Amino acid sequence: MSDHLSVAVSLSAQRVTLRAGARTLLADFTHTFHAGEIWCIAGPNGAGKTTLLATLAGLRRPDAGHVELDGVRLSDWPPVRLAQRRALLPQSAHDAFSASVLDVVLLNRFPHLSGWGWERAEDRAAAYAALAQFGLAEYVARDVLSLSGGERQRVAIAATLCQHAPLMLLDEPLAHLDLHHQIGCLEALAAWAREAEHTPNAAQEPTQQRTQQPTPQRSLLFSCHDLNLARRFATHALLLDGAGGATAGPVRDVLTPELASRAFGYPLTLIRDGDAEALVPALRATPQFGSAAPHRRGDPSSNSSNSSS
Amino acid sequence: MTARRAAAIWAVLAVLALAVLVASLALGSVPVAPARVLAALLAPLQDGQATPYTHGASGDLAGEIVRTLRLPRALAGFSCGALLALAGALLQVLLRNPLAEPYVLGVSGGAATFALFAMMAGCATWMVDASACAGAFASILLVLGLARGELWRGEAQQASPRLLLTGAVIAAGWGAVITLLLTVAPEGRLRGMLFWLTGDLNGGTLPWSALAALLLALLAIVPAAPQLNVLLRGDATARALGVPVARLRLRIYLVASLATAAAVTTAGTIGFIGLVVPHMLRLVLGNDQRMLLPAAALAGGAAVMGADLVARTAIAPAQLPVGVITALAGVPVFLWMLLHRRR
Repeated sequence: MSDHLSVAVSLSAQRVTLRAGARTLLADFTHTFHAGEIWCIAGPNGAGKTTLLATLAGLRRPDAGHVELDGVRLSDWPPVRLAQRRALLPQSAHDAFSASVLDVVLLNRFPHLSGWGWERAEDRAAAYAALAQFGLAEYVARDVLSLSGGERQRVAIAATLCQHAPLMLLDEPLAHLDLHHQIGCLEALAAWAREAEHTPNAAQEPTQQRTQQPTPQRSLLFSCHDLNLARRFATHALLLDGAGGATAGPVRDVLTPELASRAFGYPLTLIRDGDAEALVPALRATPQFGSAAPHRRGDPSSNSSNSSS
Repeated sequence: MTARRAAAIWAVLAVLALAVLVASLALGSVPVAPARVLAALLAPLQDGQATPYTHGASGDLAGEIVRTLRLPRALAGFSCGALLALAGALLQVLLRNPLAEPYVLGVSGGAATFALFAMMAGCATWMVDASACAGAFASILLVLGLARGELWRGEAQQASPRLLLTGAVIAAGWGAVITLLLTVAPEGRLRGMLFWLTGDLNGGTLPWSALAALLLALLAIVPAAPQLNVLLRGDATARALGVPVARLRLRIYLVASLATAAAVTTAGTIGFIGLVVPHMLRLVLGNDQRMLLPAAALAGGAAVMGADLVARTAIAPAQLPVGVITALAGVPVFLWMLLHRRR
């Protein structure tokens, strides 16, 4: 297992097709996500962002094609070893029973437990470190039922981080967060993705791995509605149109006014102020954007936001 | 929660259970001193050796009472309480619903219906027990057959509400049949039937089957306790962490149902233990299943033994059904703990 941990992660979708009912969300999608990349998955409601993340995590079988992690099909991975290699933050956890924040975060150490399943000191250290990284150090003893939506979401992200998997898939990690926490979380996640592997194994066998592999080994995929935060923090973007099509590439080549307008069915324009730039909705009332209609597709299904994304 | 803290909790609860056991053996219409209780328990082991001369005729009588009347009853109480509390804790995790209890999925209803049929027909006690067991199994299979898809469904969405509803509807169906049986039952059998329904420990023989069921249930589920912790946070999270959710759900359902079946077959439907004991432990000690499952077994066992001690001494020489005591004590204690909880 430890031999795997020091290898750069690679996730690849091979001719993946995703359907929801009669609708095709994604058709014949082939792509490899490499280590060191931070991907934003964007698209309108119901375009299949959640479905795609669940498929890439191995929680759902694609309707056609398959997904490989480190060259091995997801269905061939033993579940616990897969969980050591990739972490998934599902959308909005629901708590039925009270539990302390520390206990909830420690649950994500499950793939690393051995024996009778009691956490060791290093598991606790990982949990404390992850909580501190998201400014949650003083929340350790709080009851999760007493947290606000945003606080609960940050706890969930910290928990996912403390799983220590080199591939992280996050479904709407910024939901419920206010602006400075959105930026704080993305900064922490981006720093995590750039960091080289720092597993205890690597620390014990110092020289060889440190010197030979300064290359990035981790990868991060997250779905997000804020295209500007995506442009700022992601290196790459995958834009789903919800009708089978997907555009993948460097974030500034994909989240462009033209492509985003087409995918979201609403004209967007890029405004600049010095180094800062932002994609904003164009004012529809003005005539020149009314004539920008050619960008919008005639496919009515793309505009309707029906099932959950 | 650390392993050391859990072990300390189990030790305290075990001492408590042992104290209640000794009290159950010592107290009653013929009080027996704790030292004599010990002597009475050890006496069969010393068979073949010379009988200690300190035992006069009255000593033998006390020993008989302890060995043949009180010990089987106390052990039946312990094993049933432990099984019910364990089953309750498991079903609360499986259904992710704090109001779940061992009888919510209809196991007890099936057992009661079959047992009451047997009692109406005037069958012997062992036949009543056998039919209760058959009824419990029939109900387990019925729910499993109807809600199989809900247990196995590996999808991200919650599967529990439909399983809960299936079980609850079947339980309601059994309830209707039980009411019907009580309505048409002959006057002379009615009292016995009501006692069975409330839960009654008047057995007579050592409850080996219930004790064995308790041991098996603990062996089958305690190793999976870390997975149960993860399952509590939702199916998607559990699967992402490498827990085989569908298999685990089936395992929980089977262990909880069989534990309930064993308890109900031994002592009828003793109420409230399965709901109240796991919750009280959760409120005081936290919701870590690794600690909670063994702790629930110990505390549930002690609770039913204690309730039975009250049931047979409160208005002695008359005896109350133990289920009346568990309900009467459980409701206010639970409400108090719930309402006085500070966060």
